[in-house]
Amino acid sequence: MDWSYIFAVMVTSAFGLQAIVFGLAAIGINVQFGYTGLLNFGQAAFMAVGGYAVAVTVVELNMSFWWGVVFGLIGAVILALLLGVPTLRLRADYLAIVTIAAAEIIRLILRSVTFKDFFGGSDGKQAFADGFFAMNFLPPDADLRIGPAVVNESQLFTYIVGWSLVALACLVVWLLVRSPWGRVVKGIREDEDAVRSLGKNVFVYKMQALVLGGLFGALAGFITAVGAQNVNPDSFKTDATFFAYAILILGGAARVFGPVLGTVIFWALFQGTDVFLRQAIDAGVPIVSLMDGTQAAVLRVMLVGLGLMLLMIYRPQGILGDRRELALDAR
Amino acid sequence: MHRRVTAALGAVLVALVALLAFANPAAADGERIGGQLENRVDGKKTPVEGVVITVTGNGFEGSATSGPDGKWEVPVPALGNYDVTIDVSTLPEGVALTEEDKVTIEQVPVKPPLFNGLKTVTFPLGQSTATTTSVWEQAAQLTVSGLEFGLLIALGALGLSIIYGTTGLVNFAHGEIITFGALSTWVLNAGLGLNFFLAAIGGLLLSAAFGWLNNAALWRPLRKRGTGLIAMMIVSIGLALFLRNLFQFFVGGDKKSYTEYAGLAGMSIGPVSVTPTDIGIFITAILALVATVLVLSKSRLGKATRAVSDNPSLAAGAGINVERVITFVWVIGAALAGLGGMLLGFTQQVSFQMGFQILLLVFAAVTLGGLGTIAGAIFGSLVVGLFIQLTTLIVPTELKNVGALLVLIVILLVRPYGLLGRRERIG
Repeated sequence: MDWSYIFAVMVTSAFGLQAIVFGLAAIGINVQFGYTGLLNFGQAAFMAVGGYAVAVTVVELNMSFWWGVVFGLIGAVILALLLGVPTLRLRADYLAIVTIAAAEIIRLILRSVTFKDFFGGSDGKQAFADGFFAMNFLPPDADLRIGPAVVNESQLFTYIVGWSLVALACLVVWLLVRSPWGRVVKGIREDEDAVRSLGKNVFVYKMQALVLGGLFGALAGFITAVGAQNVNPDSFKTDATFFAYAILILGGAARVFGPVLGTVIFWALFQGTDVFLRQAIDAGVPIVSLMDGTQAAVLRVMLVGLGLMLLMIYRPQGILGDRRELALDAR
Repeated sequence: MHRRVTAALGAVLVALVALLAFANPAAADGERIGGQLENRVDGKKTPVEGVVITVTGNGFEGSATSGPDGKWEVPVPALGNYDVTIDVSTLPEGVALTEEDKVTIEQVPVKPPLFNGLKTVTFPLGQSTATTTSVWEQAAQLTVSGLEFGLLIALGALGLSIIYGTTGLVNFAHGEIITFGALSTWVLNAGLGLNFFLAAIGGLLLSAAFGWLNNAALWRPLRKRGTGLIAMMIVSIGLALFLRNLFQFFVGGDKKSYTEYAGLAGMSIGPVSVTPTDIGIFITAILALVATVLVLSKSRLGKATRAVSDNPSLAAGAGINVERVITFVWVIGAALAGLGGMLLGFTQQVSFQMGFQILLLVFAAVTLGGLGTIAGAIFGSLVVGLFIQLTTLIVPTELKNVGALLVLIVILLVRPYGLLGRRERIG
């Protein structure tokens, strides 16, 4: 067992690409679910819209990276409006069903052979990130070494941009939730009818929250696209949404830094478990080595599911949450 | 014993020789484009012989004919991009290209890294349908398969709907109960070698027990704690993620078939072809649905169920044991879902994610008919099943589920309480 390697993987994963991407996605869900009480089970669709907007704009439309970003943000707004108009007047579970259905619709279209020329089918799209890395201001040999793990200058640049976006998103959320707007949406979460009786247009506030959360989802899509230099329909499965929920509830919903803390801990544990199990299998540790590598990977997702259940049952406020403010388990 | 060892050694030797031959092909210095033509029908692959394939590009033209193993190879003179065309007229009768636009695969890149210089190109081959039958015959066939699929969805939808009606829980782990029914039957049938009917009865009982366990171990304690419905929905998502991967952990990711009654030959009834398995599925599903509806509408427990789903506190006040009714509903609902999964194992094979893949269609059916209504769940399922199959006349098969899910969204826009639902249910 190479403990220093396991430790290095945990540190690099805690602050790596996945942590940034799912952190942003979870910040979006925090606005929708944590503060407003909207169950968006289709955050993966917003990520896909962001990622594919950049890829398709650069590769198929031969336009610059920045136009891709603009189209991605517009696309996320349109998607939020499309999902919100039919469902936001209904009970919470309808939004959940429609958003998860929409996410699957988008994924099926993206991976279909029918639209392969445009979206690249199940292979996805590559070679669109040059415009992003052209902005890299780091010297070419600016490697970061954490024990045996090396982060090269392109990765480092992506991480700097990504964490800046996370910080910016946190700032926006922090400013919003302490504003009158934040008080209204929190009121909607607690008692919609009470807010309506005060003369507020609940539908419009819910829609604003859905759009804002979707925009953060699109940001997550941009980062995963340029960071991996690849978009693939299967990285936007519904499991991605559920991972983001697990992250949010782990860190603490309705807390500005909840998603950030959640994503750091989640990815350190998730990737750490992976390396640990693989090394244990190779070292022939009893019981563990009865598994193969695929089973070890499956086991981790199983643990995510179990963790989500147990958190929701025994500690719905997560690490940072305040049970008095947010009785997630009583709604 | 000795002979078996010799045979095994012989097989290993042959494999090694084949591997060596593959690793050192005659034209070791040249790049080749090649592949293996296979006719895929219902997941079974047979090699297709005697098909001409032409490779053009960079001023080069060459062709090859597929051998008895379906393999073909065209050596190319240089690295670069080539167009690969299959001569459809040389395909044997009954075999067709399943994606019409794949006659020519353009600009196939032959460039490193290649495994032994071979660039693999695959042509999707399958049973030809469009060429031999008219639109009306196709529509008739699709109607039958649509009704069959609709009945299978209905088995899942009815369970989901009555559990929702009595407890208010939107259970995202319902798909895993469907999978459980199929997997437990498969384990009893293929794993323990039981006769399929015995395995099916076992699978049904295990599914019912699984439903009881779900309720007794998880949902009843949560109701006692006063956990909210939204929190329960998220718990059900965690449970679905957990169970789906638990299944994959133990049975792996591949698709499996039962040892009996799978892949039977079809017989023609008028314009449609059905297998004896299809007829069995129709009869079983209809019997199960009719029996459930009768139990829910006539029996004392069924009437109590409807009372609870109308108003739990009022029902409790009238002396109905609400928890007993909910246990009953979970057992019935899970048995129905398990039965649906078991039968689905014939039409789509058994895999760890079969229930998850059908879950959204079950949701679409339930929402279409009206959440919490019994007739609505069945009606909505048949509509969804028919819609999915019949739209393949117009839209590509790979996108057929997209249409059904779009209908779900449109229905919520114009009639959110569903086609047969009551207005006040949407709250």
